Amino acid sequence: MPLLSLVQAVNDALRLEMRRNPDVVVLGEDVGRLGGVFRATAGLQEEFGPGRVVDTPLSEGGIIGAAIGMALYGLKPVPEIQFADFLFPAVDQLVNELAKLRYRSGGQYTAPMVIRAPYGGGVKGGLYHSQSPEALFIHTAGLKVVVPSTPYDAKGLLLAALRQPDPILFFEPKRLYRSLKQEVPEGDYTLELGRAQVIRSGQALTVIAWGAMLHEAMTAADQAQALGIGCELIDLRTLWPLDIDCVQESVRKTGRALIVHEAPRTCGLGAELAALIQERCFLSLEAPVRRVTGWDTPFPYALEKDYLPRAPRILQGIQETVAFQA
Amino acid sequence: MATFEPTPLTQAPLLAVYRAMLQSRLMDERLVSLQRQGRIGFYGTGMGQEATCIASAFALRPTDWLFPGLRENAAMLLRGYPLVPYLAQLFGNSGDEAKGRQMPAHQFSRRVNQVSWSSCIGTQLPQAVGAAWAARRKGHDTVVLACLGDGATSTGDFHAAMNFAGVLQAPAVFLCQNNHWSISLHISQQTKSETLALKASAYGFPGVRVDGNDAEAVYAATSAAVARARAGAGPSFIEAVTYRVGPHSSSDDPTLYQDAQEVEAWRAKDPLERLRARLIERAAWDTARDEALRAELLSELNAALLEAEALPPVPPESLFDDVYAEEPWHLAEQRREFLRAPRGTTD
Repeated sequence: MPLLSLVQAVNDALRLEMRRNPDVVVLGEDVGRLGGVFRATAGLQEEFGPGRVVDTPLSEGGIIGAAIGMALYGLKPVPEIQFADFLFPAVDQLVNELAKLRYRSGGQYTAPMVIRAPYGGGVKGGLYHSQSPEALFIHTAGLKVVVPSTPYDAKGLLLAALRQPDPILFFEPKRLYRSLKQEVPEGDYTLELGRAQVIRSGQALTVIAWGAMLHEAMTAADQAQALGIGCELIDLRTLWPLDIDCVQESVRKTGRALIVHEAPRTCGLGAELAALIQERCFLSLEAPVRRVTGWDTPFPYALEKDYLPRAPRILQGIQETVAFQA
Repeated sequence: MATFEPTPLTQAPLLAVYRAMLQSRLMDERLVSLQRQGRIGFYGTGMGQEATCIASAFALRPTDWLFPGLRENAAMLLRGYPLVPYLAQLFGNSGDEAKGRQMPAHQFSRRVNQVSWSSCIGTQLPQAVGAAWAARRKGHDTVVLACLGDGATSTGDFHAAMNFAGVLQAPAVFLCQNNHWSISLHISQQTKSETLALKASAYGFPGVRVDGNDAEAVYAATSAAVARARAGAGPSFIEAVTYRVGPHSSSDDPTLYQDAQEVEAWRAKDPLERLRARLIERAAWDTARDEALRAELLSELNAALLEAEALPPVPPESLFDDVYAEEPWHLAEQRREFLRAPRGTTD
């Protein structure tokens, strides 16, 4: 099996699906000749031509708007938004148009597509190349949100997303694009959307994370293990609709939960998870549900390491949650 | 650059255009009063703009797509959509294809390749360009007519759509109804461009300006633009100069900002009256036939209205349908909660 980085796995999934389904069209800024600024679409235009890998003018609203029209007409567009931060110019098309199409047409018109965007910090990207905007789209009825944390998952989740009848935001943790390699099967395989994965089981508490934070949480869980604290670590993978059964089962077993995400704390997905957990696991809870997150500030440049949750801060959260006594 | 000739309209089709324009006018008059009676919640008319809406749609084939704005809904009727579901949309009942999920005057149907307009101005434009590009990608000779008002030319989506259309050479025709008003803002405050048509040249394709109250002129311009798009020669922009002689919508009072004299001057250029006079002048029409047609359209309209209004309401539980292809757990839970919850009867 070839060793692939996360960005290579994305490229592999796109290539396989474009070979399988002639309606798949990739579009975005610099995706064609250049192969994307992160090289996620490298080689695709050579193989499929400029009619299926379209270098668009510089306009995110135009890209998403045009993709909606393409999907309405029966193509399967895969728009790349160069950085998740640049989704904001397209929010009108995403939130007011794309998300509501099926609903407002009584199911007559749909626009299935996968919008890929690198997201998250840790690469010295500053204010506008580091944000994690998933909560906005989770809050929008009609959209689905997926975040892989490994090359293997990236390929399987992307292939599954490309065969879905709904619009999906596929956020790729850019910090992991090249930082880890993994054996990835060459052929076609899919991972079911809406299914979380228990990365390791434990009894002391449940830690829920996704994307790059999963790896920080894993480091923290290793350190906790050395201190005799066994964490159950869940990789959410699909952020919405999330795998509530997996979360619930785990928290009912451990009685304690910690959520880790890069996005700012207030109204982040961690807040929704905390609400869901207290609604469903109230009698099992031994401690308040805790969140270790990005701060409620704009994303900084020089101090990004202080902004992002890292293993020491996560470990502190683990220890305090486990130590909590009513 | 190759030029594409307009198709001349012979007498029989011109009568069909006239009929659809008259139907639209009678319907608008009737529906405004229905809104005042509180039987429908909202309405926006196309009064005084029928020539642009109807004659442009007449230049399309059934396989062509139409992305309307607020004042082009009636194009559907010309393209074969039945009156009862068209009117049922206004009541948002079970006869409405959208299951009562949109405000009135948002008709659409796959049956006639018309997409619903959206309250967010200009959003349909890049979508229309994408659909046009997709048609070409699939090897179809479909043309997409993208309708907009003068206000939409100020949006970012307009710029994106025009630029994408030019770059991608999409088979799209932009039909802009310059009716002089975006709610209360006059075109003179909307843009300092001398005309809207000249904006097209900045995007590398032709823009023409036509008398939007002359059905034959609108048809000529649209048919030439459609021929151009179908031949693969790229997009066009048409500015149809007309006037909004009514309010923006049932929620608007134009006496607060419109100049009565200007409105009256435009009323004198009524597209319906002009076409009728022209047809009579050409001995293709007469007042007796006109009265008969009017009576026929009104009785058809009244019967369809009664039928549409009497259709059963949408079931409350349908609130949860069509958010996703399959219902996720959280919506299934909320549906159950909704069915258990008391429903208020205080309003």
